[in-house]
Amino acid sequence: MADLHFTDAIANDGERNAIDLALGENSALTIEGERIVRGGASRRRGLRHLLLPALHALQKESGWISPGGLNYLSEVLQVPPAESYGVASFYEMFRVDTEPGHDDDVVHVCIDPACRIDGADDLIASLEAEGKHVHRSPCLGQCERPPAVFIQGRKRPDVVPADDDAFVLPQAGDDSLRLLQRIGVVDPTSLDSYREHGGYEALTKALELGADGVLAAISDSGLSGRGGAAFPTGIKWTAVRDADGDQKHIVANCDESEPGTFKDRMVMEHDPFALIEAMTIAAVTTGATNGWIYIRGEYPQATGRLENAIMASRDAGLLGEDVAGSGKEFHLEVRRGAGAYICGEETALFNSLEGFRGEPRNKPPFPTTNGLFDQPTVINNPETLLNVLPIVLDGAAAYRSIGTERSPGTRLFCVSGRVGAPGLYEHAFGATLGEIIEAAGGASGEVQAVLLGGAAGSFVTSDSMDLPLTLEATREAGTTLGSGVVMVFNTDDDMADICQRIAEFFKNESCGQCVPCRVGAIRQHEMIVAIGHKPMPDEKRVLHEDMVQVMADASICGLGHTAASAIKSALALGLIGANQ
Amino acid sequence: MTSTEVAVTISVDGNDVAVPEGSTILDACTAAGVETPTICYGPNLTPVNACRVCVVELEGSRTLVPSCSRPVEEGMVVSTDSDRVNHSRKMVLEFLGSGVDLSEADELNEWSAKYGAQPDRYENPERMNEEIKIQDDLYVRDYDKCVLCYKCVSACGDDAQHTYAISMSGRGFGARIATEFDVTLPDSACVYCGNCVAVCPTNALQFKTEFDLRQVANWRPEDQTVTTTVCSYCGVGCNLELHTQDERIVKVTSPDDHSVTWGNLCIKGRFGWQYVHGDTDG
Ligand SMILES: Cc1cc2nc3c(=O)[nH]c(=O)nc-3n(C[C@H](O)[C@H](O)[C@H](O)COP(=O)(O)O)c2cc1C
Ligand code: SF4
Ligand code: SF4
Ligand code: SF4
Ligand code: FES
Ligand code: FES
Repeated sequence: MADLHFTDAIANDGERNAIDLALGENSALTIEGERIVRGGASRRRGLRHLLLPALHALQKESGWISPGGLNYLSEVLQVPPAESYGVASFYEMFRVDTEPGHDDDVVHVCIDPACRIDGADDLIASLEAEGKHVHRSPCLGQCERPPAVFIQGRKRPDVVPADDDAFVLPQAGDDSLRLLQRIGVVDPTSLDSYREHGGYEALTKALELGADGVLAAISDSGLSGRGGAAFPTGIKWTAVRDADGDQKHIVANCDESEPGTFKDRMVMEHDPFALIEAMTIAAVTTGATNGWIYIRGEYPQATGRLENAIMASRDAGLLGEDVAGSGKEFHLEVRRGAGAYICGEETALFNSLEGFRGEPRNKPPFPTTNGLFDQPTVINNPETLLNVLPIVLDGAAAYRSIGTERSPGTRLFCVSGRVGAPGLYEHAFGATLGEIIEAAGGASGEVQAVLLGGAAGSFVTSDSMDLPLTLEATREAGTTLGSGVVMVFNTDDDMADICQRIAEFFKNESCGQCVPCRVGAIRQHEMIVAIGHKPMPDEKRVLHEDMVQVMADASICGLGHTAASAIKSALALGLIGANQ
Repeated sequence: MTSTEVAVTISVDGNDVAVPEGSTILDACTAAGVETPTICYGPNLTPVNACRVCVVELEGSRTLVPSCSRPVEEGMVVSTDSDRVNHSRKMVLEFLGSGVDLSEADELNEWSAKYGAQPDRYENPERMNEEIKIQDDLYVRDYDKCVLCYKCVSACGDDAQHTYAISMSGRGFGARIATEFDVTLPDSACVYCGNCVAVCPTNALQFKTEFDLRQVANWRPEDQTVTTTVCSYCGVGCNLELHTQDERIVKVTSPDDHSVTWGNLCIKGRFGWQYVHGDTDG
């Protein structure tokens, strides 16, 4: 790389200190305990993965990504400033334009469906009347307590006001819970408390079983990914164990941004050690030495609890050079996203973590051989990882004793919208949609539609109440479980408005890399806005079907593949565009 | 193909074709005599497979695959003329036509006609809506014509110039090619090699000479002659193609397949001829 060229803009002292501090704290990979600014240029280039932490520090210090600050962090990390700018401008939480007077706290208010039907507009109006700087945000992962708010602090920590409220798990005390058994029971800040509730027994067992034993148990259990794609976890882990590579990685995909989804947040906040233990099992099983928790930037409480849990586990010798006396090495770090749904797509997440724009990569090659830093990588959703603990402890047969043959075990459901008791629920696979809604206090009002699987999922109506929620039954019915979203709308809700927002969500969240999705998502939005409450003329239906097909066939990633599916289902069910 | 290279055989539209290991499906299509539209692909650039106009149907794959980047594997069965393929190609071109000024993108327009793109099917579509950027006498950037193919970014970066003056910025339909904070080119890292201009498929980037002639409706490629010569500024030996109209040099390129330049030049080779005419305003 030629010498980098910078504009004349200079960082102020505060910006320099903030950036230095952020890089120092995150320097696990920056070696030798030396201040990075003193390293040679070529060594510094390997630090690009610190770009996101540096941008977070600058944003917090100055309230925006200032040209001087950008120059400084680009120079320290040896990243061309045009590229740093390209990265900064990708994320919702970084401001690259200045509006005078808007360098104070930013109040993010969710405008996605569960919040939009429950007070988001009124809240925004009153906050703006108070002169607050409001940012209209996509789903904040708090759909059980609408309208959701996240405050991005200026020179002070980020906060979620609702985190102060007492936490109650609706199913607390239910002995049949597998994944949620400790939630609300264990002290999430205490390793001792975790151990008193069976914590780290699975790691001990995994080390006894050895890699082959663990891989056999996971494969036999039939566990499949809970992040949306339902890929068999045993195949993934085995491929990484068998892959060549000096360095391998375990990544927990905690970006949770699918509208309607809040399960991972609750698990991370209320049972953080469990995620760490499961990642450690993945590491000792596959031979990975590095672990990364990539968590969405709007989850301050979960971030803090995970960082605390990592420290406690490290101090207890359960992480680090010698994991639980096994002689195996495993280092774990938390990295915060900065507001981009697409960064939950696994290859976009790798790019984001490496300090590049969160644009998905073309597959193949797959993460099992060419993942983070182009090295073999296991990437899993936290719920998937949580399942590993009972599988290792009790064996595959016990695990399969509930659920169905093709969907063994239990599933977490994020129930929100028009129900009596919105919240997180665990049910055996096979419970029907009606049963799940009943367990959440039943529908309030007459059900008009249920959004299954999130914005990337599809709508069903009250005709589907007997649908068993398994992978196979939902697939056969042409819908999906996705990330476990069950969002209920009643006959008072304006589906045209909900659908416009879903279309807008994809328009805003498309990374913009490929034509089918970049243009398809905006054209779909324009079309749905134009239809409003009117019937959809036939030629528009044809056009929408043409758009659906190219997006599903030719987009690079799952975002484009599914960006039209909820709208398509709403049109087919007559929720919008119906000929009266 | 030399004797040391392993041949891989795949089927393209029912015909077997053998290509060297490491080739792409696009290479195999070309070898089989099948023409494939491409936008973001360049023979001298690492594939970014972003435009998706080159997609083909691959047996066993749920989605279509980009031929420009997918390496061949023994026994692959590829269709390039199925309904699904033709539909996606048509829609990609139609989507681009609905939001981008393609008035000077001749090759794209030929494909749009071939695949039957109908960009006027959309009601009030949002467009790029960009003002032209004229910041120096060497080249202009008219992002109203930009299809976001990343070619200029690759040419400025890892694939040729290693200057990294420009990057993709923003997200979704708001994504744009930009310098940091959109500072002007003279304020940026740009060294005016013109390599980005050479790869741009839509004339969003064009030499100021061409721009000025187009402004007065006097850009006449059919009347231009191209002379090949070797650049005399230094000893590297870059091939230059001098495009001349009315006895004035109006553009300098270098062949994509030239073993020294791969289509790339520096400011002296690309723009040094302006001094031949004793002026700098083209
Ligand atoms: C647009 C998009 C967003 C995604 N977001 C997430 C996410 O937030 N969390 C997640 O675990 N998986 C997400 N995924 C799925 C991941 O790409 C990947 O399949 C998953 O992390 C693998 O873990 P699993 O096998 O445990 O499910 C997303 C996929 C797409 C296409
Ligand atoms: S499908 Fe959408 S999100 Fe995925 S790569 Fe293409 S533009 Fe980006
Ligand atoms: S002229 Fe050369 S240096 Fe300038 S932007 Fe184009 S490729 Fe980069
Ligand atoms: S300016 Fe030209 S080369 Fe660059 S992205 Fe746009 S169309 Fe492609
Ligand atoms: S937090 Fe508002 S919809 Fe999820
Ligand atoms: S030419 Fe292959 S994706 Fe653009």
